[in-house]
Amino acid sequence: MKTFSIGGVHPNDYKLAADAPIENLPIPDIAYISMSQHLGVPAIPVVAVGDKVKVGQLIANAGGFISAPVHSSVSGTVKKIGPVKDLSGKEVNTVTIETEGDEWIDTIDRSGDIVREIKLDSKQIIERIKECGVVGLGGATFPTCVKLSPPPGCKAEFLIINGAECEPYLTSDYRVMMEMPEQIIIGAAIMMKALGVSKGFIGVEDNKPEAIEKLGAFEKDYPGIKVVPLKKKYPQGGEKQLIDAVVGRKVPSMGLPIATGSVVQNIGTTLAVYEAVQKNKPLFEGIMTVTGNCAPGQKNFRHRVGTPLSKIAEYAGGIPEEAVKILSGGPMMGKAISNMDAPTLKGSSSILYLTEEQTKRKEETFCIKCGKCIQACPMGLEPYLLNKLGRINDMEGLEENRIFDCIECGCCQFTCPAYIPLLDTIRIQKGRVMRIIKNRPKK
Amino acid sequence: MTNIIIFTILTLSLLGLVLAIVLYYVAKKFKVKEDPRIDIVEAIMPGANCGGCGQAGCRAFAEAVVKAGNLDTLFCPVGGNDVMKKVAGAMGYEVAEKDPMVAVVRCSGSFEKRPRTNIYDGRSSCAVMSSLYAGDTGCLYGCLGQGDCVSACKFGAISMDPETGLPVVDEEKCTACGACVAACPKNIIELRKKGFKSRRLYVSCMNQEKGGVARKSCAAACIGCGLCEKACPFDAVHVNNFLAYIDFTKCKLCRKCYDACPTGAIHALNFPPRPAAAAVKPAASAEPVSGTAN
Repeated sequence: MKTFSIGGVHPNDYKLAADAPIENLPIPDIAYISMSQHLGVPAIPVVAVGDKVKVGQLIANAGGFISAPVHSSVSGTVKKIGPVKDLSGKEVNTVTIETEGDEWIDTIDRSGDIVREIKLDSKQIIERIKECGVVGLGGATFPTCVKLSPPPGCKAEFLIINGAECEPYLTSDYRVMMEMPEQIIIGAAIMMKALGVSKGFIGVEDNKPEAIEKLGAFEKDYPGIKVVPLKKKYPQGGEKQLIDAVVGRKVPSMGLPIATGSVVQNIGTTLAVYEAVQKNKPLFEGIMTVTGNCAPGQKNFRHRVGTPLSKIAEYAGGIPEEAVKILSGGPMMGKAISNMDAPTLKGSSSILYLTEEQTKRKEETFCIKCGKCIQACPMGLEPYLLNKLGRINDMEGLEENRIFDCIECGCCQFTCPAYIPLLDTIRIQKGRVMRIIKNRPKK
Repeated sequence: MTNIIIFTILTLSLLGLVLAIVLYYVAKKFKVKEDPRIDIVEAIMPGANCGGCGQAGCRAFAEAVVKAGNLDTLFCPVGGNDVMKKVAGAMGYEVAEKDPMVAVVRCSGSFEKRPRTNIYDGRSSCAVMSSLYAGDTGCLYGCLGQGDCVSACKFGAISMDPETGLPVVDEEKCTACGACVAACPKNIIELRKKGFKSRRLYVSCMNQEKGGVARKSCAAACIGCGLCEKACPFDAVHVNNFLAYIDFTKCKLCRKCYDACPTGAIHALNFPPRPAAAAVKPAASAEPVSGTAN
């Protein structure tokens, strides 16, 4: 069975919410819709305080090339446009809407029928995806339309759909594959048409055999699309690792995945693409998991973007006493939530409760040069060395040792027997080195 | 046996002589002419190599001094006016006297004033912490308390006060090199004029949120009420984005703003105690008026 060639770790997968069907969350009384739900420039609001909006109505335009428009997830009145604290406590420009009823704009097809025929041509598909504000829902929230328009000189050969969901605990992609397999296949076919490629792969880790079976049943109806079972290993869902695993090509250092002829899209994104193109529905809903060993219930929800996290936690049974840390995202790459009043974003994938035992950082001791981090690094870096150079601010040394290739997966820190916070140091120094490289005069 | 010894000594001596001659001529031929004044200036410099002047070190500063031909843009904050006068004397330049500066920490959010809303357990570094989130209190502008400024200071002038969790600047040791200013990810530390007898007035807060929000997260926050702005007779205090700032070039140290401040966000340092009649200080009475630094 296929997997990526170097590094990786095997955390316990804890897919506790795997059997919980997707439920619709109640519509929030007040929706806080952030203008920074994507990588790049924040969106620019086009509504004013006092305006009436409907579900799916455009409320903000893309602020630049790498940016995405934002649509209202509720119907009601705009109450405020101004800063609201996000889940890390930082202020973000946000449109606050007070909900009145649930009135959708007429252009959205709300029927449950699966639309199989792809009517739009390549250009129209990309334009529609752009208009509907679809962004990559695998974590980075990179605008999907940009990824589907390869830069001049690059030719896409394959489309790879990332169904690995290698992060422990998360099950939202799995539930989508289980409940809407045909929509995923159609979404993949749409993106293949947009890219003009004839080969599409859906990579799924082998801890989800039922999903592989469900998707595989449609292989014969949609020629060109193949479901590829992958061996369970973290970070299988990393873009570069997935390309390596599925088509066996390596993304060059500092290069883009398109250099290998591959375009990778996440399961959630594929569903959003299907809904945007076939149902004309902008991206204002998302699927998220509420889970954890101490969680009162294991749930998968369809949430409206802008629902406060505290409301979701409350609906799912309240925040358990034992939870000392709450994460948004998986335990390997997720972010700790310091403000539970923060709203959900397009890319929100989970609320994960961790107990004290799970989160406690053991006391840091000395590096014994055991090399475990080097073995674990899926990018072939030497994390112990990067940590050492990073602590003395040796920027040249860091650049020589390819710190910019770090994908921040956390394998090194996970595996370190001395409990050294390797990734903390590497992440911050990577940012600095990237800035130096960016500001360097071009030859 | 003796032959071997004699030949060995002779060969080595000859080799040494030939190489010495070669080296002598090579050294003469490729000699780099360096201005002797660089050495003179370098000898005057404090030798801290801190980079506070913007150059790579003291020798680089000396080179820059000789190359520039004047001292308009060059100033050694560590040596201060004394060293600059000596440099000017050695080089025959003119030098304008600069006000001595000192670093001040503009945050009063001690453990007592600013309750913790969550616990940080990552690597002990302000840079890492601020890259992850806004901080472990409700205030997203305040001191993170991980001590990046302390490790940046080459003169041992900053230390963390374990009682308040805030950095404290030792005025005697601070050279105003600016290393802490650059190290602070929240831009809390500022270089301010040392002032007459080290007396200083400054707003010890960076919170730009609306008054109510700021007050909720920290009892010592500037709430942007503007009382100080109204009280100042010299147009030195201005409120922008709900945050007051005292312009030290205009401030005459009258302390009217300090008296007006309802939250104690304005700090007054090294002032002598007031006569009993004038000492009517309602809200900020908990703040030390003199004696402690920051």
